[in-house]
Amino acid sequence: MKLTTTLMASTAMVMAGTSAFADAHMASEMTIVSWGGAYSASQKAAYHDPYSEANGVTIVNDESSAEAVAKLRAMSEAGNVTWDVVDVVAADAIRLCDEGLALEIDFDTQLANGDDGSTASEDFGDLLVSDCFIPQIVYSTTAGYRTDLVGDTPPTSICAMFDLEAYPGMRSLEKRPINNMEWALLCDGVAKADVYDVLETEAGQSQAFAKLDTIKDNVVWWSAGADTPQLLADGEVIMGTTYNGRLFALIEEQNQPVGMLWDAQVFDLDGWIIPTGLSPEREARALDYVKFATDTQRLADQAMYISYGPARASSAPLVGQHATLGIDMAQHMPTDPENAKNTFLYNYEWWADYRDDLDAKFQAWLSQ
Amino acid sequence: MTTTALKGQTVAPNLMGFTLPVTAAFGAFFGLLAGQATGAGALLGIIVGAAAGAIIAYVLVTMLPYKTGRLTAIAAIGVLGLLIGGMIGLIVGVLSGAALGWCAYWVHTGRYRASMPPYATAGQVLWHNTFKFICGAILFFLIAPIVTIIPLSFNAENFFTFTPEMLSLDPAGFSLKHYRDFFTNDDWLRPLKNSVIIAPFATIISVSLGTLAAIGLSQSHVPFRRAIMAILISPMIVPLIISATGMFFFYSQMGLFMENTFGMSKSLSGYIKVILAHAALGIPFVIITVTATLVGFDHSLTRAAANMGATPTVTFFRVQMPLILPGVISGALFAFITSFDEVVVVLFVGAAAQKTLPWQMFTGLREQISPTILAVATILVIVSILLLTTVELLRRRSERLRGLSPT
Amino acid sequence: MTDTSNSGPVLAADGRPLKASLNRALRRQKLRAMLLIAPLLIFIMITFVVPIGQMLFRSVENQIVSDVLPRTTQMLVEWDASSGDAPDNTVFAALTKDLMVAVEKKQHTRLGSRLNYETTGVSSLFRKSGRKVDDMGEGYTDQFVALDPTWADPVFWADLMEAPSAADALPQTTDAYNAFASTIISEDEKDPRAEQPWHTVYLSLHQDLTADPAADVSGLPAEVAAAQAVAGGFASEDLAASYIKIDKDWGTVETWQTIQTYSPKFTNGYFLNAVDMQKSPDGAEWRPEDQQIYLTLFVRTMIMSMTITISCILLGYPVAWLLANLPMRQANLLMILVLLPFWTSLLVRTSAWKVLLQQQGVINDIVVWLGLVADDNRLALINNATGTIIAMTHILLPFMILPLYSVMKTIPPAYLRAAKSLGATNWTAFWRVYFPQSVPGIGAGSILVFILSIGYYITPEIVGGTKGVFISNRIAYHISSSLNWGLAAALGAILLAVVLLLYWAYDRIVGIDNVKLGG
Repeated sequence: MKLTTTLMASTAMVMAGTSAFADAHMASEMTIVSWGGAYSASQKAAYHDPYSEANGVTIVNDESSAEAVAKLRAMSEAGNVTWDVVDVVAADAIRLCDEGLALEIDFDTQLANGDDGSTASEDFGDLLVSDCFIPQIVYSTTAGYRTDLVGDTPPTSICAMFDLEAYPGMRSLEKRPINNMEWALLCDGVAKADVYDVLETEAGQSQAFAKLDTIKDNVVWWSAGADTPQLLADGEVIMGTTYNGRLFALIEEQNQPVGMLWDAQVFDLDGWIIPTGLSPEREARALDYVKFATDTQRLADQAMYISYGPARASSAPLVGQHATLGIDMAQHMPTDPENAKNTFLYNYEWWADYRDDLDAKFQAWLSQ
Repeated sequence: MTTTALKGQTVAPNLMGFTLPVTAAFGAFFGLLAGQATGAGALLGIIVGAAAGAIIAYVLVTMLPYKTGRLTAIAAIGVLGLLIGGMIGLIVGVLSGAALGWCAYWVHTGRYRASMPPYATAGQVLWHNTFKFICGAILFFLIAPIVTIIPLSFNAENFFTFTPEMLSLDPAGFSLKHYRDFFTNDDWLRPLKNSVIIAPFATIISVSLGTLAAIGLSQSHVPFRRAIMAILISPMIVPLIISATGMFFFYSQMGLFMENTFGMSKSLSGYIKVILAHAALGIPFVIITVTATLVGFDHSLTRAAANMGATPTVTFFRVQMPLILPGVISGALFAFITSFDEVVVVLFVGAAAQKTLPWQMFTGLREQISPTILAVATILVIVSILLLTTVELLRRRSERLRGLSPT
Repeated sequence: MTDTSNSGPVLAADGRPLKASLNRALRRQKLRAMLLIAPLLIFIMITFVVPIGQMLFRSVENQIVSDVLPRTTQMLVEWDASSGDAPDNTVFAALTKDLMVAVEKKQHTRLGSRLNYETTGVSSLFRKSGRKVDDMGEGYTDQFVALDPTWADPVFWADLMEAPSAADALPQTTDAYNAFASTIISEDEKDPRAEQPWHTVYLSLHQDLTADPAADVSGLPAEVAAAQAVAGGFASEDLAASYIKIDKDWGTVETWQTIQTYSPKFTNGYFLNAVDMQKSPDGAEWRPEDQQIYLTLFVRTMIMSMTITISCILLGYPVAWLLANLPMRQANLLMILVLLPFWTSLLVRTSAWKVLLQQQGVINDIVVWLGLVADDNRLALINNATGTIIAMTHILLPFMILPLYSVMKTIPPAYLRAAKSLGATNWTAFWRVYFPQSVPGIGAGSILVFILSIGYYITPEIVGGTKGVFISNRIAYHISSSLNWGLAAALGAILLAVVLLLYWAYDRIVGIDNVKLGG
C-alpha cells in the first residue's frame, strides 16, 4: 500500500507540474446524468437552465445513463460517488434500489405538491413503481412504419409486425425479450390480462418464442434507440419499434414518410434517482433539484421540447406547443386518449424476477 | 498474345493485334454492366461495348497523342453516357472512358511490363499485373468506408443515407450544415479538445516507460523474462470491458487520493485518471514494437560508445535512441491511436469533463444519428492526410539533404 | 586484461578472482535491466494487473449469502433437500433474525438479485418478505409483555444483556439483541437503551427458554426465571406458515436448495454457468437446452476470430509484399492508404460499413443496378456473421499489414532471384524460399489480430445481428445491464485463459520477440 501511495503521489506530482488545463473547481457544481441527444437538450431547457438561474448552481451534464447501473455500482464500491442526480428508466431504478445504490425517497414530504393541490404520491399515482424512483416522463415503446412501403392498407394493429403475408419485408425489434414476448403472446391470441400469467409458464414462453420464430428471419434486432429511425429512413425495414419520441422526431422534424402505430404501445417510465453515499449537503442539493425539476409546471415544460408525457397527472392540462415547430404537443403524447386506446403496461415486478432467466433463453433462441 | 508479349521491347513491334482485343474485352466488360443497368440486355451490351472498345483503341493509338487521346475518350464516352443515363450515365461514362483510354495506351506502349525484367515470360507479366490489380482492390477495400463517409458528411438530411437528391447530384441534397454544427457546437469542440489533450500525454507516458522497459528486456540476462513480458502485454489481452470495470475501482480511489492529498481539482484528477488508463492500454504496442527493433540492435555499439567515454545517458540518446527510433515512432503511433480511438475505458474511467471525441460519437450514434459524426471523421481524415504527407515530404527532403538517392 | 599467473584462480584487473568479478558484472547487468523494467512493471501491476485481478476474483466470490444470512446458512447445513420438505420453523426463525438485520441495512434485495441469477423469482421473494419481516414473531413479544410489562422496557433489556451470565444462559437472545443493538446504532444512530427490541429478540428468548427449561438463570433478574416457568406454555407462532403466506415459494424445496447450494463463501457456480452448466444437489449438470448459450458463443468467437485472422493474412500478405518491394517513395504513399483507416474512428468505420453493406446499402444498390442480383433477392451482408467478418477484417487489417511489412522489408530480394536462377519455378521460389522467411511477420500479425478480435464487442454489436456477436457482447451485457459481475468475470477469466494459452503456445513456437509491428 505504501508503495502504491508513493507511486500515486509521484505520478500525480509530475502530472500536476505538467498540466496547464485545470479548471477551477466550482464549489456549487452538480453532476446530472442523462441520456444525451435531444432528450438531454429538452431537460437542459426545461430543468437545468431555470434551476441554475434561480440557484446559481452550475450543472454538468454527464451523458452516461446507458452505463449508469454499472457505473453507480462501481462508484459505490469504490466509495467515490461523483454523480448527484441520475436519469434512468424504471427497470434500472428498481435494480439500483434493490442493490441499495439509490436513495429511498419520501414522496409526499420531499417532492412538491401538484398544482391542483394533490400530494405528490396522489399526483404520480401508480407511476411510483419503486421507493427510490421519481418518475419524470411516460414514454412508450411503439411501432412506426414506412407509409410508402406497406401497401394500400397501412397497419392498424401491432400484430401487423407478425403478419408477413400482408406486410412482407424486414422489421426491426429490440434485441431483448421485454416487450417482444408480450407482443408475441398478444398476437397469438392471449388476452391482455393473462399475458404475464402465461409467460410465467414454460409452455407460455415456448408459445411466445414460437410466434417470434415465424418472423425471426425478417427481423433486424436493434440495441440503440437511434437504430430504428435510421433503418426506417433507409427503407431497410418497413416497420419497427422504438421510443415514441424518436418516431416523433422522424416524422415531424425530419419529415420522413413514416407513420405511427400506437396500438399496444408499451408504457415505460423514465425518471430520477439520487445515488446513496452522497455527503449531506450534496444530498440536500440533489433533493432540492429533484423537487424543483419534478413539479407540475416543469414536467409540463419538458413536453415542449420532446414528445414524452409528463409523469404527473396535474401536468397534463399544461402541455402546450412544441418550442420550435409550434405544433400542439398534446396529441403526440403517448398518454393522449386518442393514442392510448390500446396500451400495455410494463410489469416491473414481474420482469425484475424473470429478466435474468428469460434473457438467457432469449439469447439462446437468437443464436439458434 | 503470347508471341507479342515475348518479343520484349528491343524492337518496337506492332502491338495492334494485342491492343485491340484487350481493349475490346475491357469495353465488353463495361458494356455488359451498362447493358444490365439500362436493361438493354447483356448480349447487346457486350457487343456494343466490345465494338466501342476496339474503335477507341484503334483511333487513339493510331491517331492521337497520349493526353489528347485520353481526354477524347473520356469526353466521347461521357457524352454517350449522358445521353443514355443522364447524370449517373455521365459519371459512369467518364469513368469508363478514362479506363478504356488508359487501357489502350497502357497496352499499346508496353507499359504493362515496364517494371518487369525483359526476360519475364508472358505468364509472369500477366501474374504481375493481376497481382497489382488485387493489391489495388485490397487497398480500395481499406479506404472504402472513408470514401463512403466523405460524401455522406455533406448530406442535407440527418441520416446516414444516400438520398435520391444526392445520387442525382442535386445541390439541394448537399449541405455544409454538419460542418457548421461541428464548428459551432460546444458538444463537439470540447471533446475534440479533450482528445487532443489526453492522447499526446498518454502517448508520452507509454512511450517513455515502454521504451525503457523494452531496453531492459532486451538485455541478455533478465530473470522471469517471459512472465514479465506477459504482464506488460496483458492490457492488450484482457477484454476491454473487463479492463474498464476493473480499472474503474483503482482510478476512482486514486482520484479521491489526489483530490484529498494534493487538493487537486476534480477536473485535473479526472484528466490524470484517463491519461494513465490510456497509457496502460497503449504500453503493449510500444513494448512489442521497440523490443522487435532491439532484436537486431548491435550491442557492441553501446560498448564502443562507453569505451570512448560516453556516459550511459549520452550513449542512450546519441547512439541507441536514433537507431531504435523507427520502432519507437511506430509504437507511439499505435499508442496514440489507442487513446484517440478508445471508447470503452473512457466511458467508465472518465467523467463528463473528460468526454473524448469517441465518447461523444458513441452517444451520438446511440441517441440521435447525425452526420456530424461523419463531418468530424472527414476532418480528421483530411488532417491526417496532410500530416502524413508532410512527414513524407520532410523525409524526402532530409533524404535529399543527406545526399541519399531515393531507393 | 588479467594477470595469468599459473597458480590460484584467474584474477581480474582489480585483483579479485575473475569468476567473482564476472558474477558481479552479471549481477550488475541484471540489476540494471530490472531497474529499467521496474517503473513500467510497477505501473502496469498497480494500474492494471491488480485491478483486473480483483475484478476476475469476483468470479468465485460469493460472500453475500453467508454475510447476509449467517444464521440461516448455518442452520441449513443440516437440512436435507432430498427429504422433499421445506425446512422447519427453527430455520425460519433464523431467517427472520437475519432478514431483520438485512432489511435495516438494505441488503436483502441485493441478496435477492444475487440469488435470482440462479433461481427465477427469488428477487421479488426477498423484496416482498423484507416489507413484512418486522411483524414476524410479534406473538411472542405480546405474550412476554402480557406476562410482565417490564419486558417492554428498553433499559431492562439493556441491563439484562449486560449481565455476565446472560451469554451462557440465553445464547440466542444475546445474539439477537446484539444484532438489534449494533444495527440500530449503525443504521439509525439510535440508542438501544431507548428502543424496545425487535420481535426477533423475543422470539429468541422464547427459543432459549424452551430449548432447556431447566437452564440456570439464577444470575439474571427474577423476570427471566418467571418467564422460564411459563414459556413452555406460550402459544407458538407458525413462522413457516407466515412466510408461505407472503410467497408460496418459501414452501418449495427449490428456494431453500438455492440458498443452501450458494451458502459457501466461494463458489464455482459462475464458472459452471459460464460453460452452460449449473450447480445442483447432485453436483454439476448441464443447463436446460433452451438456456445454453455460452459454449456456442465461445466456439463462435474462436471460429470467427480465426476466420478474421485468416482473411487478414490473405488480404494483408499481397499488400505488404507490394509495399516492401516498391521503391520507398511509392511505398510510403501507399502506406498512407493503409494508415488512413487508423485515423478514422472505429465507430465511424463501423457505421460506414453499415451504410455500405445493408440491404438498401451501396453495395446491394450497385449489384442490383447492374442486374447481378434481383431486387427482391438482395444480398444479406450485414446483421450476420458476414457483416462482422467484413467489418472486423477491415478494422484489423492494418495490424496485419504493418508487422508483415516490417518483416518482408528485411528479406533480401536476391534470395528469390538466386532460387530462380538455380532453376526453381516461380511458385517453388516463393513457397520454399520467400514464404518461410516471412512467417514471423505472419505470426506477429496473426497473434495481434486474433487477440484483438477476440476481445471486440462494439463492432459485432453494431453489425453482427444475432449470428455475428461474440462472447464479449455477453460480458458487456452482464457488466452493464444485468449487473451479474460474477458471471461476467467468469466469462472474462475463461477468455483470458484461452488467450494466455494461445500466447504461451505462440511464445513457444515463434517467440514473442519476433513480433514486429512496423518500424
